[in-house]
Amino acid sequence: MNSVHDMGGMHGLGPLVPEQNEPVWHAPWEARAFALSSAIGAWGRWPFDASRQQVEGMPAADYLRMAYYEIRVHGLVENAVRHGLITREEAETGRADPSAPIVTPPLTAAHVPEVMARGSSNTREVGRQPIFHVGDAIRTRNIHPFTHTRLPRYARDKPGVITALHGAYVFPDTNALLQGENAQPLYTVKFQARDLWGDAANPRDTVCIDLWEDYLARA
Amino acid sequence: MSSHDPHGHDHGDDHDHSLVPSDPALRVKALESLLVEKGLVDPAALDAIVEYYEHKVGPRNGARVVARAWSDPAYKARLLTDATAAIAELGYSGRQGEDMIVVENTPAVHNMIVCTLCSCYPWPVLGLPPAWYKAAAYRSRSVIEPRAVLGEFGLDLPDEIEVGVWDSTADLRYLVLPERPAGTDSMTEEQLAALVTRDSMIGVARVSSP
Repeated sequence: MNSVHDMGGMHGLGPLVPEQNEPVWHAPWEARAFALSSAIGAWGRWPFDASRQQVEGMPAADYLRMAYYEIRVHGLVENAVRHGLITREEAETGRADPSAPIVTPPLTAAHVPEVMARGSSNTREVGRQPIFHVGDAIRTRNIHPFTHTRLPRYARDKPGVITALHGAYVFPDTNALLQGENAQPLYTVKFQARDLWGDAANPRDTVCIDLWEDYLARA
Repeated sequence: MSSHDPHGHDHGDDHDHSLVPSDPALRVKALESLLVEKGLVDPAALDAIVEYYEHKVGPRNGARVVARAWSDPAYKARLLTDATAAIAELGYSGRQGEDMIVVENTPAVHNMIVCTLCSCYPWPVLGLPPAWYKAAAYRSRSVIEPRAVLGEFGLDLPDEIEVGVWDSTADLRYLVLPERPAGTDSMTEEQLAALVTRDSMIGVARVSSP
């Protein structure tokens, strides 16, 4: 989706403002928001790609104005409603429907360190053989889906070279829509900065991007 | 901080006054109460998650990886060929670091990490990202004018050095192996780790000599 989240190469998005000795969180609610989205994730009701799709569908002005953890909370609430963990009315009133059953959380405190340290890889064993090999010249496809994709706008319809093959990974474009994992080869593609940005770029500079096979065509 | 309500509710007088508030702190508190009441989350698990990301992960983990790579050529070779396994040797693994790649800075190539589409970052070795890494300015500018961005971090690179930007668009998470600074030959691994900064492992800084 060509939303404002896909901001590589955009101008006018403000100065860099690094902060010295920055705390992990700037306010306690940020920590709670982060923890809530992690803990709700343990229900496994929707993939992370669907959370991204939700956030990317926000009005651009809201996306730019809201703080990072506000955006996360927005995605969490919308997906929790959509996937039936809470109702819209509960989300809006903050009060639990008294007729709804009380459930048991899947993630308990004792398991948190182990669950966090294990993570959850999106790599899959599939029969699909990679079409491309390291050193192959490719051209990225010129696609503009109205739904989630991880092919950034600035790297569409551009020439590049495969520098690594990482095995098969869940394809976000279909997974975000709950249309299947469609796991397929994932590659690192190296682009010359000048092919992306024109002659103003330093001729030595490069940008490497990890791209799924369906984003690529032979050059 | 914005108090905008993404659902477009104004909380005007014609609305129910028990609607969840638009202030983020109050909204999150109301959401937590709701989710706890329904049994969807365990409040002690929330505390444990906060504790984990405040104290168990952070850039000191990555600094230990870098110091080991500087001190042990065999470890460095493993780190550059199978970063996930080499990092796990030091006990670091998990969410947002399930599949790791380490890219090495050399006199000829300077690497830096960004995520233009969101804010992907290698949590097990660097912790949660700083605000500037998640901010629109860094995400938009790093790919189109990396040298200007590095300059604002105080790193002016000569034209002869290749700047390699890694846009973390997929499942792989990146860590920069910075160059070992001069004057550190006699230092222990622990002393070396103390020199390594978060920014040097994102690739927006070099490691300074002691």
